[in-house]
Amino acid sequence: MSTIPGLERPGPVPNDMTRPFWDACNERRLVLQNCTSCQRLHYPPAQRCDQCGSADNFQWKEVEGKGHIDVYMVIRDSRIRGFRSAQPINFAVITLDEDPGINFLSNLPGTPTGEVPVGAPVELIFEETSTGQLVHEWQVVT
Amino acid sequence: MVSNTGWMRDQEGLGLWEHRGKVAVVGWGQSHIDRRWDGVSLDRSCGGLTKEACLKAIADAGLSLDDIDGLITSAETRAEQTWAPRPYFDPPYDTEDGLTFTSADWIQRELGLKNVQYLKSDAPYIGPMMGLAAQAVGDGLCETALVWYPMVNLAGRYGHNNPANNSEEAPGPSAFTLPWGYQSGAMFNNLVIFQQYCKKYGKSHDGLADLCLNLRRNGLMTPWSYYALHEPYQLTREDYLNGRVIEEPLVIYDCDRPVNTCAAFIFTTAERAKDLRQKPVYVLNHAQNGGRGRSTMSTLEEHQEAVASLARKMWEGSGLGPDDVDIFNPYDGYLTFTQQFLEGFQWHGVKWGEAHDFYADDIRVEGPHPFLSSGGNNGTGRTRACLFSDSLEQLRGTAGPRQVTTRADTALAGCNTPDSNGFLMLSKHPS
Repeated sequence: MSTIPGLERPGPVPNDMTRPFWDACNERRLVLQNCTSCQRLHYPPAQRCDQCGSADNFQWKEVEGKGHIDVYMVIRDSRIRGFRSAQPINFAVITLDEDPGINFLSNLPGTPTGEVPVGAPVELIFEETSTGQLVHEWQVVT
Repeated sequence: MVSNTGWMRDQEGLGLWEHRGKVAVVGWGQSHIDRRWDGVSLDRSCGGLTKEACLKAIADAGLSLDDIDGLITSAETRAEQTWAPRPYFDPPYDTEDGLTFTSADWIQRELGLKNVQYLKSDAPYIGPMMGLAAQAVGDGLCETALVWYPMVNLAGRYGHNNPANNSEEAPGPSAFTLPWGYQSGAMFNNLVIFQQYCKKYGKSHDGLADLCLNLRRNGLMTPWSYYALHEPYQLTREDYLNGRVIEEPLVIYDCDRPVNTCAAFIFTTAERAKDLRQKPVYVLNHAQNGGRGRSTMSTLEEHQEAVASLARKMWEGSGLGPDDVDIFNPYDGYLTFTQQFLEGFQWHGVKWGEAHDFYADDIRVEGPHPFLSSGGNNGTGRTRACLFSDSLEQLRGTAGPRQVTTRADTALAGCNTPDSNGFLMLSKHPS
């Protein structure tokens, strides 16, 4: 389960396109689609490259898992059942150091709610969801 | 129309709209508005309110039921849940149709419309749907289209009964958002972008207070609005600054309030409009955005470019420019993104990062910069249609206490968000 008390994250349901991504998460690896023609990363997974339009040049590429906190807000009144017993809870946007045009969501486990150091470096971790599927998360580098 | 989206004008380089000035809006009807449906009064159900709005629009245009040959609506009513498993009622309220949406077939049947040749019940939400209606009439799919947009709000906390929010699983695209608490709809991404905006331009949430207060003021000058009918008092700055926090820094007064209502409009050809009851309001162009950002969350820069592109499409198709727009009613569904429209269209010369200063100037309807004279959805309740109906009223000169004192020859209106929307350019003159 999540290291954030009370949090029960809905579990991602893989499909044909996203299964390699989620399988890698279960191996505690973060892999993104890379268009080898454009050398352009894609996240979330896409059917085709948003630059060249081709679906033929996608390969899964493992990324290092380092990023920075762009902005954040605090969820206080969630409509999502699994979050209601964990709120207030941080909700941050993380940019990937390897390509800041790629961003991820994070609840920043270990960072007190509302005390988010915007601009700080973060590193990749993994957390368990309601279904047992692991998801990628981020924590502030101390 | 070769496809469900082939009618859209969502690309730059399409040139002047081929039906510019040849389509007109000639009727409008607004139903009663409540906070929620009580689950009992069938005349105040989605179907009941739709009938009320449609009949008002037809009467406003001076048309008869037999004049209607096109029916266009959307099932995107934001009901967020079905009426079932609660028991249905006697016909025609014996399915979801009429309770959480109102299809073209339902209205055709219930109003006894005999001459309908074009029915469309799966149009998108009202922003692009208004463009679809203009295109349908221009393309000759029908001559006189009845177009309606209900908003449905049933009992219960908004969104809490949505099955997607109560599941242990996150399927499809939600697998990349729901496990971190991202809520669908416009709130989260646009709030993140608002944070980026404040960071980039040195602004803060307090800068939205003047807009919020003026919208409520305009809404109270709209006789049918939720606030005029049910909560007829003005907000204070203190109310706004101390508003209940929804998702920090968003407060309750930044959010348009879900309501139960319906609005309807009549589109027809400029030729047919000549001898109708109302002065025609001509459509000079329609334009849409349908993109999204590169990654999980769109960024401020992506939204700014999206609106700049929307503006270029609108200028190109209408032949007008920023200085030609008199009435401007962009979506305010969360106050945090309205500034992107204001700055992207450069209305009254507002540039990137200047919206909050503009709000602090005189934006009253009787002043020099009557921004969102409709009162928007924050001032009237989340009808979304108010953006178009106020534009119509301002151009007709029938907006009553909301009538602007500046020139009102053209109007630009649309919704929803900077990256996903549909806008109409309206004019008192066909060219």
